[in-house]
Amino acid sequence: MFETWPLLSLVIWTPIVGGMLVLATGGDKNASEARVLALLVAIITFALSIPLYTEFNTAKGSMQFIEHAEWMSLGDLRLYYHLGVDGISMPLIVLTTFITVIVVIAGWEVIKYKAAQYMAAFLIMEGLMVGVFSALDAALFYVFWEALLIPMFLVIGVWGGPNRVYATIKFFLYTFLGSVFMLVAFIYMANKTGNFEILQLHSLKLTMQEQMFIFVAFLLAFAVKVPMWPVHTWLPDAHVEAPTGGSVVLAAIMLKLGAYGFLRFSLPITPDASQELAWLMITLSLIAVVYIGFVALVQQDMKKLIAYSSISHMGFVTLGFFIVWAIYDKTTENTEMIITGINGGVVQMISHGFISGAMFLVVGVMYDRIHSRQIADYGGVANTMPTFAAFAVLFAMANAGLPGTSGFVGEFLVIMAAFKANPWFAFLAATTLIVGAAYTLWMVKRVFFGEVANDKVKALKDINSREFFFLSVLAVMVLFFGLYPAPLLEVMDESVENLVRHILQPKIPL
Amino acid sequence: MEFIAAYLPSAMMNDQTISQLPLALPEIVMLCMASIVLIVDLFLNDKTRGGTYILSQFTLLALVVITVMSFTQQKSIAFHGTFVRDGMGDLLKIFVYIVTFTVFLYSKSYLKARDMFKGEYYVLGLFAVLGMMVMISAQSFLTIYLGLELLSLCMYALVALQRDSIIASESAMKYFVLGAIASGMLLYGMSMIYGATGSLELATINAEVMKNTDNIVLIFGLVFVLVGVAFKLGAVPFHMWLPDVYQGSPTAVAIFIGSAPKIAAFAMTMRLLVDGLHGLHVQWQDMLIIMAVASLAIGNIVAIAQTNIKRMLAYSTISHVGFIMLGIMTAEKGGYTASMFYTIVYTLMALGAFGMIMYMSRMGFESDKLDDFRGLNQRSPWFAFIMLIFMFSMAGVPPFVGFWAKLSILKAVVAVDMTWLAVTAVVFSIIGAFYYLRIIKLMYFDTPQETSAIEGASDLRVMLSLNGIAILGLGLYPELIMGLVISVM
Repeated sequence: MFETWPLLSLVIWTPIVGGMLVLATGGDKNASEARVLALLVAIITFALSIPLYTEFNTAKGSMQFIEHAEWMSLGDLRLYYHLGVDGISMPLIVLTTFITVIVVIAGWEVIKYKAAQYMAAFLIMEGLMVGVFSALDAALFYVFWEALLIPMFLVIGVWGGPNRVYATIKFFLYTFLGSVFMLVAFIYMANKTGNFEILQLHSLKLTMQEQMFIFVAFLLAFAVKVPMWPVHTWLPDAHVEAPTGGSVVLAAIMLKLGAYGFLRFSLPITPDASQELAWLMITLSLIAVVYIGFVALVQQDMKKLIAYSSISHMGFVTLGFFIVWAIYDKTTENTEMIITGINGGVVQMISHGFISGAMFLVVGVMYDRIHSRQIADYGGVANTMPTFAAFAVLFAMANAGLPGTSGFVGEFLVIMAAFKANPWFAFLAATTLIVGAAYTLWMVKRVFFGEVANDKVKALKDINSREFFFLSVLAVMVLFFGLYPAPLLEVMDESVENLVRHILQPKIPL
Repeated sequence: MEFIAAYLPSAMMNDQTISQLPLALPEIVMLCMASIVLIVDLFLNDKTRGGTYILSQFTLLALVVITVMSFTQQKSIAFHGTFVRDGMGDLLKIFVYIVTFTVFLYSKSYLKARDMFKGEYYVLGLFAVLGMMVMISAQSFLTIYLGLELLSLCMYALVALQRDSIIASESAMKYFVLGAIASGMLLYGMSMIYGATGSLELATINAEVMKNTDNIVLIFGLVFVLVGVAFKLGAVPFHMWLPDVYQGSPTAVAIFIGSAPKIAAFAMTMRLLVDGLHGLHVQWQDMLIIMAVASLAIGNIVAIAQTNIKRMLAYSTISHVGFIMLGIMTAEKGGYTASMFYTIVYTLMALGAFGMIMYMSRMGFESDKLDDFRGLNQRSPWFAFIMLIFMFSMAGVPPFVGFWAKLSILKAVVAVDMTWLAVTAVVFSIIGAFYYLRIIKLMYFDTPQETSAIEGASDLRVMLSLNGIAILGLGLYPELIMGLVISVM
């Protein structure tokens, strides 16, 4: 029944229009209407995104649910409203719509100041993020990509912590800085092809020098977003200051935009430059995995700790993407391990979406009660909040990559591929299993176990049904994909294979 | 002596000239109406002053209709090669009327609250529009100069409209002195070019220039002409007047100076450099690059240090002029189109930003400090949102139309293989993003200094909302304007 529906457009525009409606409910006296409306919109959007999964043809590696229309022409450049998803972007879209429902529920009673604007910002952000994942026209992609900064800028700035202004301006300028170079690269290529169609850019022949410049421009945009060491410094600031919902969306989805950009743009458009600079990317990824892991170990602030752990985990994603050429053996032309690596990266993206979102929600639940994120202010929370502590420990285990949770699958696949590339890569990457366990479990120990630390902790009440709901849904997802990742892998397999075939062919004109 | 004879009235009034008069219909209507407004205003007192306002607005609307009805893509040159009517001119004029109409509408309550709601504002404004129209349609050095001076003189007087304000008189004086020097430069350059080519008509000059592009006198002339142009546009290093004039003049005048004349200045630049001196484009390209980069740098960096929003907008204008110059610099049709698009978009955004200042001001309160925008989201969420649109659009963030303006300029610059210049431009726009963000920060993240409701006139509120929605709507579908611009270039 969905063949004739413009599903992607619906998933993009329902939340944006819905967000406008929520804004129209007005001031804080109508806050409850705004909340209900926002939840309704989020649920409808989620429901609309489900057919993307159920109707998805897993045997096809090319784009599906395509929508293609003339948008406009700027001089001799033609711009299209071109949407479509493959097995890589589709799961990310469903993740986005899912997380937004959670975020709306999580901000329910907590946000009292300008609740309508808060909810609207997240709904509009949702639509824009889906737009980024489904745009097949680079100009359209860029519009969504940049427009996304506006609601996030406001969310951190309006509902954030004490140092929010610094954090949000840093966030905006960092990301803006990265992406404008990408824009120039797009324009450069569009001047050659006459349009911004991403699929045409994929087959555009570029000399090595051009590829290098374009790769670096892309790297600036995506590395900031992922974020990769050394351009990661905005993330801990932004996370610490953002309200819980902001942190969740930032960690669960926004960071994935950068990684998605590598897959959609860097690798297929500039494969030769990617090969040439793979050493750099692998080095940066490994630094993120190992060094940032140690940085996380010494954090006093729970949100900062999870932020650093996010950077470390995203290092796995980029590692999985860029070990392609280190694995590839021209004589056998066996791409199995390459696919494993990229699959691992994508699975890690999805699973990190659930886990980091859950971790930030866990911190948020405590922050709502005690208004502190410092580890030192807690201790023995498990005594007063047993149900909550059970969830927290589960998510912490998943964050540490315990087998049986989704955190394990992605890391395992990437390490396996890395081993094929170079045992040292695998060794360095695998240290994170130890360091990650160390910083996560040490935090859990200090916060949840032991004696009740102070009166504030003593007065804590266990989670209410609303909090129980969103934590349990996330717990189910984490366990489900940990025990049975096949549905996810099935969906992306064909598309990743397609991508790998493409990137292994040199694009330099003869 | 020959050319003087050509401009004598007796020589002008031959049959051919009369048959060409309809081409100048908009100018003629404007001249008559401005004079009528001047006379009618004599018979009105302060209670019935609204008549002047309505008549002026009616004139502008009527001119929109006249120009649209007689819109022509065809280029026709009239009055012995002094006047041109073409699609570009018509389109620019239509935007001049619309922008001026909006300016008058925005400033009405501002003027009333300051006892400046006088006929002079409207008469001078209409004559300034006439000057702009002449500039836009000019096809010879003399007409360009005529239009420019008519515009400038009206502007000098407008800045000084608030007679008892010391700061306004000071900036009028500055504006006048610097403007006179710039006009002198322009005239000097024109005389040199006349000396080298023997003509004042742009088409003839262009043909002459093509024959001999190495003529040192021509290049000297070009330099001086460019100084005059750069002054009118407000490009570095001839930008000194701009911040002082914006800050010193009443906001109702600053909004006028900051909007419509930019369209006319763009037209003047196009006429002079492209219609007249295209043969020297290798020379003026280099000069424009230097001025554009300097404008982007100074404009964006110095704006950060401002605490007065009018002054900040002045520096932001300077940086936008840098972008406009980049488009012209390409010396390609694509670049001209992009620049024209940028100019129009810029005026719409500037209108909105100044309109917001006037919306927030009231009797005895100018609202021209950055701090006056503090906590606007709590006082008026809707207009905070409108201001947010203007600011993000100026910063070049999609989905607002300012982004497409920047994109088309960058595209034109990259198309002539100057990618490094595009990279320079985007680097400076990142710096520029900071001070636009600061306004949004003040409006959304800070608590207001005062919580009193803002009392804006309802027509102002409606128009300001429309202006903001237009920036957003054009951002989703910029082809509405872009298509028009492409069709006339």
